[in-house]
Amino acid sequence: MNAATTIVPREQLIIVGNGMVGHHCVEQLIERGALSRYALRVFGEERQRAYDRVHLSEYFSGSDAETLALGAAGAYAEHGVQLHLGEAVLEIDRERREVVTPLGRYPYDQLILATGSYPFVPPIEGCEGASRLVYRTLDDLDAIRAAAANARRGVVVGGGLLGLEAANALKSLGLEAHVVEFAPRLMPVQLDNEGGAALRAQIEALGVGVHLSRATQSVAAGEAYRYRMNFDGGEFLETDLIVFSAGIRPQDALGRSSGLEVAARGGVVIDSDCRSSDARIFAIGECASWNGSVFGLVAPGYSMARNVAAALAGENAGSFVGADMSTKLKLLGVDVGSIGDAHGATPGARSYRFIDEASSAYRRLVVDASGKRVLGAVLVGDNSYYDTLLQYVQNGIALPADPAALILPQSSGSPALGADALPDSATICSCHNVSKGAICSAIDNGCGELGELKQQTKACTGCGGCAALLKQVFEHELIARGVSVDKSLCEHFAYTRQELYALVRVEGILSFDEMLAKHGRGHVGCDICKPTVGSILASCWNQPIMDPSLVPLQDTNDTFMANMQKNGTYSVVPRIPGGEITPDKLIVIGQVAKKYDLYTKITGGQRIDLFGAQLHELPAIWSELIDAGFETGHAYGKSTRTVKSCVGSTWCRYGVQDSVQMALTLEDRYKGLRSPHKLKFAVSGCTRECAEAQSKDIGVIATEKGWNLYICGNGGMRPRHAELFATDLDDAGLIRIIDRVLMFYIRTADKLQRTSVWRESLDGGLDYLKQVILDDSLGLGAELEAQMQLVVDRYECEWANALKDPEKLKRFRTFVNDQRPDPSVHFVRERGQRRPIAAAELHLIPTTEEVL
Amino acid sequence: MSLSNAAVTVQTSDWQAVCSRHDLVAQSGVVVWFEGRQVALFYLPEHDTPVFAVDNQDPKSGAHVIGRGLIGHLKGELVVAAPLYKQHFCLSDGRCLEDAGQSLQVWPVRISGEQVEIGLA
Repeated sequence: MNAATTIVPREQLIIVGNGMVGHHCVEQLIERGALSRYALRVFGEERQRAYDRVHLSEYFSGSDAETLALGAAGAYAEHGVQLHLGEAVLEIDRERREVVTPLGRYPYDQLILATGSYPFVPPIEGCEGASRLVYRTLDDLDAIRAAAANARRGVVVGGGLLGLEAANALKSLGLEAHVVEFAPRLMPVQLDNEGGAALRAQIEALGVGVHLSRATQSVAAGEAYRYRMNFDGGEFLETDLIVFSAGIRPQDALGRSSGLEVAARGGVVIDSDCRSSDARIFAIGECASWNGSVFGLVAPGYSMARNVAAALAGENAGSFVGADMSTKLKLLGVDVGSIGDAHGATPGARSYRFIDEASSAYRRLVVDASGKRVLGAVLVGDNSYYDTLLQYVQNGIALPADPAALILPQSSGSPALGADALPDSATICSCHNVSKGAICSAIDNGCGELGELKQQTKACTGCGGCAALLKQVFEHELIARGVSVDKSLCEHFAYTRQELYALVRVEGILSFDEMLAKHGRGHVGCDICKPTVGSILASCWNQPIMDPSLVPLQDTNDTFMANMQKNGTYSVVPRIPGGEITPDKLIVIGQVAKKYDLYTKITGGQRIDLFGAQLHELPAIWSELIDAGFETGHAYGKSTRTVKSCVGSTWCRYGVQDSVQMALTLEDRYKGLRSPHKLKFAVSGCTRECAEAQSKDIGVIATEKGWNLYICGNGGMRPRHAELFATDLDDAGLIRIIDRVLMFYIRTADKLQRTSVWRESLDGGLDYLKQVILDDSLGLGAELEAQMQLVVDRYECEWANALKDPEKLKRFRTFVNDQRPDPSVHFVRERGQRRPIAAAELHLIPTTEEVL
Repeated sequence: MSLSNAAVTVQTSDWQAVCSRHDLVAQSGVVVWFEGRQVALFYLPEHDTPVFAVDNQDPKSGAHVIGRGLIGHLKGELVVAAPLYKQHFCLSDGRCLEDAGQSLQVWPVRISGEQVEIGLA
């Protein structure tokens, strides 16, 4: 009999609050094995499980609650953690050691408060409903969205970090946004006067109104808009909604009501072990006050959560010793960074400043009295300096001989403190406290992939601000270990698609054989490199894909210019530009479908797909379609597919531009363009967006003044909202920019990489793309346009070309020695049409047994 | 000229013409109807063995599509990639590189004058 298994009753542990910090604490408790000692219960006041509040504004640009959620849905249950969502804790009964909710009383041995903070709304007369919105939770965002539905203008009170985020959210809802700030500058905590001024200039250039040194006295009914905000001094501003983001206050109500010590400026007072005045109760995150300070960033909250989890797990916990409040953000698309002593408050501190009034950039470097160490920095307009400066501050790295160089523009990019210059103790990810040493040891233990490294170390999974630095360290360490990252396309080419593209361009290579002979191995190639090179050749030179040297390169769909279906038959899609079709042409499609007994279905791209054609039927079908004026729809190619459109101003009472005409223009221009992956377009005639342009690779939405261009959207498996790229373009300007974007994509994307993934993998992101395409920073604009024009000029319908050449048609024979169709293809009729027979139905068909 | 499919060791003296050399498409496949079977013929004019004959039916999908696959050279073997699910079959012996459970029947085949002939096993 084994008597060793004695059951030790687990103590009851309760966490109040399921925000980012509370959630991190749960994760840490699980990871450190603390759940063998504690039965854990978590209460969340909101309906949703913990979500990423740092990226809250993405809720308006495509993310939903599930995308923002932290951790897998079943993770708590899997570890036996009881999660009570939508159940607010009303009271802590410290005497009986119980928490009280509307649903019951729950005992605790240890209690962790992670209740976060709430938005501060100053008492202003007349503020209510849509004039008293806040920006904190998903429910708040839903309320803002509802209020914005019939609104034209929105005001944010508060010009701090969150206020500017909120202004961005209003802007993305299509409102004219204004920011009202009490202080004489934006982001008064993080920025100095000059930084605030630079930020203001940049934000105003984006069309956001900035009103400084204004205190709102009252809100009354407006004349032109719903409300009028009256400022002291008699000025006013009218608006349809008001969002307050004038700071946060610690949510310390439970601490107050249960008699815990609370700091003068709010927050449950904690010691360096995060313990409150009751030894059984901890407080972490924004509800806690340490040394008189409340920390409103995620990194210090995580650090407290880690310490408490470690202590409860019986480990040697570190103590909380304050936190670095450095931040790097992109507010309304403008880079803003604040590091350490940004105001130069340290006695003897001296500053270097760089001001560029032309582009409203500002940088300040604060150094100590001895001139040897960096104390802090302010960055507006360009955060590429941030990582390096932060490392100088955090690791006390000695300044270079000319400290100003750290903030001066460099002809060859911003100064980089090489990854090798960082000590092992250097913090790379401050959210999860991952040091360079931890990253190196993960690599030493065999982690050779960036995604895996993030998963293992958690680096870069908090705010994501350390992405560039992490990548740099990772690559540097790999190289240092003699690992070369193999980017070969396949065993025949030791090049990436991008490199092959450059070789084709530079050397004017016209065929696969030439490419293989000059830069590859072997004489045959494979089903990876052949279609890839075939696609590059088509993108560059646009020769007919049925030319003898090009045919063997194409994947099966391109070879036969139709889409192979599961039973080996093909579907046929004629081009119907913009989804516009005459009754006569519609009748022809119907007649062809009837004649060849083709299953007929309307596609998502406003075209008609005809299924069930056998190989030998394709030329006959196409010759009838071409006679009626149709062209190939390239549904089989990695190429331009469709340009979807709404009827636009011609018919629609809301339309402001002729979206059909623009769709026709675009489809005519880009039809036949071959690219790394398929390309879908759409044009909407007004902001109601009936053509769903924001889910397309290229989306065009009409405005009163012209066209707004959205790029790199996607539907399908991983939906992605397209991003606004340029506004109020005229027809020629729109086409010029699309030419450039598409050719730049073709030049730089990986094989089979949709524009959405390409865009996400671009170093420098949307801003970089804007620089290249709109500002022509690489001087490529004219070249890209010329390359597109060549492809456009060489367009020829591939099917018309093939039908003219008996040699090319030889391939379209089911059997080269027999006239019969493929006898293994069987159909049954369903809902009045043919469909392939299912395997299970096959025995029902009387067939002649093949003699074997 | 008489070149037979090297890996097929079947001795045969009974050859049957199935099509003309001009019916073949260089670096690619065509399909012939042969004794009630569908046989895919792949033609590599510069290769030591210029023509290969394999079963046209894809074991995974059941569809007769192998002849429309892309020819490649992987790990030292000439292969065809099945068009629907992209698994690779060796042209010489019909072996599937990804799944030992799948394979294609192969036939001896040769070009004799202007005729393409398949050997009766």
